[in-house]
Formats: sequence, C-alpha cells, structure tokens
Amino acid sequence: MEKAGVPVVQMTSALPIAKMVGSNRVVLGAGIVHVAGDASLPADEEKALRRKLVEEALDSLKAEGNAD
Amino acid sequence: MRIVHYLNQFFGGIGGEEEANSPLQEADNAVGPGRLLEQTLGDGATVVRTLICGDNHAVENQEELVDAVVERVREADADLFVAGPCFDAGRYGMAAGALCSAVQTELGIPAVTAMHEENPGVDLYREGLYIVDSGRNAAKMKEVVQRMAGLARKLVAGDPIGLPREEGYLTRGLIRDQFVDKSSAERLVDMVLAKVQDRSFDTEMPVTSFEPVARPRGVDDLSQAKVMLITDGGLVPKGNPDNIEGMAATRWGAYDISGADDLAGEDYEISHGGYDPRFVQADPDRLVPLDALRQLEKEGAVGKIHGEFLSTSGLSNPLSNTRRLGREMAEKVKQEGVDAVILTST
Repeated sequence: MEKAGVPVVQMTSALPIAKMVGSNRVVLGAGIVHVAGDASLPADEEKALRRKLVEEALDSLKAEGNAD
Repeated sequence: MRIVHYLNQFFGGIGGEEEANSPLQEADNAVGPGRLLEQTLGDGATVVRTLICGDNHAVENQEELVDAVVERVREADADLFVAGPCFDAGRYGMAAGALCSAVQTELGIPAVTAMHEENPGVDLYREGLYIVDSGRNAAKMKEVVQRMAGLARKLVAGDPIGLPREEGYLTRGLIRDQFVDKSSAERLVDMVLAKVQDRSFDTEMPVTSFEPVARPRGVDDLSQAKVMLITDGGLVPKGNPDNIEGMAATRWGAYDISGADDLAGEDYEISHGGYDPRFVQADPDRLVPLDALRQLEKEGAVGKIHGEFLSTSGLSNPLSNTRRLGREMAEKVKQEGVDAVILTST
C-alpha cells in the first residue's frame, strides 16, 4: 500500500517483526492477544486505552509535525 | 526439439507501448529472440510456433490468455515452452510467469523464462519455475539466451539441474537434500574462519531481506480523510464466508461495518492459528478498534471510516503469497479512494 503512496500505520505488539519488514509508522499495541485493548483493565479504562492508541495511530498518519 | 515461444508486442516486433493492447497472435516460425534461441540450441531445435501478445492485453485478460496459450502449446505438440526473456518489464514478466506455470502444470512439459530479479513476476512464480537471471535490459541478450538454452536442454532431457549459481537461474527458495563431505560443525567453522579472514563464503541459510519502501507523506487534513481499518489477525464474520485459512492464508476479505459503532463478539470469529483468540472473540474492537475510531469520526477528528474493514490471517505464510495479498489489498485501497490505513497486527 505504501508503494502505492497510501500511508499506513501498523499497530502491533510484535515490534521486532514490524522493524524487520521495515514498517514506516508503528504504534506499539497493548499485547499480541489484544493489540487494541487490555482484558485485564476495567471496561472504561480499556476504552480509554484504545482511544489513546487510535489517537496515536492517527497522529502518526498526519503530514504536519512528521518528518517526511 | 519442438519449441513454442511467447513474446510481448515489443520483442515480437509488433510495436512499442502503443501496441500494448494487441490481442494474442501467432507465427509459425521463430521471431526475434526466438531465432537466437534456435541457433543456440542447434541440433534440430525448432521454434514451431511463436505467440505474441501486447503487455496490457496479457495482464488484463490473463485467464483467457493462459487458456488460449495452453491450448496452442498442446496443439503444437511441443517439448518445451519458452517465454521472454522479459528483463525488468513487469507486465511481460507477470504474463510469462503465469504462462510457464500453467503450461508446466497442465501439459507436463518443461518451461523456461528469464527476468530481472526485481521483476514482479519473479516474486510470484520463482518457487515453481526456472527463471534465468536476465539483468535489467537486453544488453546481455546473447548470454541470457545461452543460459536459457542450457537449462532447456537439461530439462527436456530430464538431466539433473545444478544449483542456481551454477546454472544462472534465480533462487527458488527450495531446500534440497544433498550429500556433503563435511559435517555442519566443520562447515560452520570454515565459514567463521573465512569471515574473519575476509574471504568469500556461501551461507547455507540466506536471510530473507525486505527492500525498504519509501515512507509516503502523511495526510494533510485528517478531518477530511477517508481511513480504512485492516487487520492480519484473522477477524471474519461468523461462518468465515471467504474461507480465509487460519495459517498460510491465500485470501483476504472485505467486511461491512458501515452501520456499526462497535463490533460484537457474537457476529465474528477468528481464523488465525497463531494466538489465543479468546480476548478478541469477547470483544473484536480489541483487534479492529472500530468503537474508538467511530467516536473520533463523530468528533470530526477523521473525515470518514471506509465502510468495510479488510482482514486476512498473517501466520506462516510464504512471502510470495503475502506480497500478492498486499498488492491486491493495495488495489482495493486505491480503488476506494482511501487516504490512510490503520493496520492492526497480532
């Protein structure tokens, strides 16, 4: 997709793999088994965590403030 | 030896890019590189039929082309099918790879082609084919055809084929059994010594390399942007309608989320054999964070979430496969006018 010019952010907890394949934008997820959540948290805290992760992901997709 | 040879419009002498839409046509003699091939093979080798097709036509009508070419090769009672050399011409390479692979499988006769290492046809077909390393352009046509002829002779005679560097074909990524004189410990020490003494040596286990992809510029205004969610965590609707395999997946799917604010576990299942799926099963937003992204869409932080998420299963998958899946998804992303992608990976 990036070859086609569309920016992609990868949210993952397997950082070494993302680095190995050369992902250009990476957000560290909250665990392999729940990348965008955390089953050990109460529901509202988990939602807040997910929102924070998605905001981080969106931030990394912005042109502004990112070295291109 | 009876040979059928496939060429694109350029090497087939029809014309350049302006003829890229030409449909399949044929000649009953050798054309262009085919003449050189005949000469090099000598010994009564004859190109009994040359098939020529425009690059665009070939790629846009690949299935029909494959059927038609297999039929022509069958009629010609050929001993060998040759395509190219294609050098770094991508469409040509894709067609040549598809044709060689179909002729080999369906007719059981050997096929040989030649491409530059970075031709997209190499990624897709290297495991199943002998693809001679052609370099980028036609400068070394003669050497390339010589290597193709050498391989072809052996394949038709059923002689054993040497290693890639001996025969001049691109590595296929296959491991084969071989008797050796030294134990692995001795070979390892030899390699270490060669390394510290700056002598050359061949690894027995090449590390897969990933060519860097330039980082595309980010989105100027996310509040106007269309964002798509993709996952390789294997989330699929209940019943797995596209039968996406839980490992070495060959398919991906696009699933409607246009009316949803939240993903419910009872509507989905997970086809992925590589992680404990219970947490995502209980709440799929933990993998495809639709609820949070929908909220941000409502608040205006992003323009629009694309109406489907894409999903496949990223586990123990040969690169040739995953690269194809990626290319297909990229086409979809372009088609739908998506500006940015959030990809969640397990």
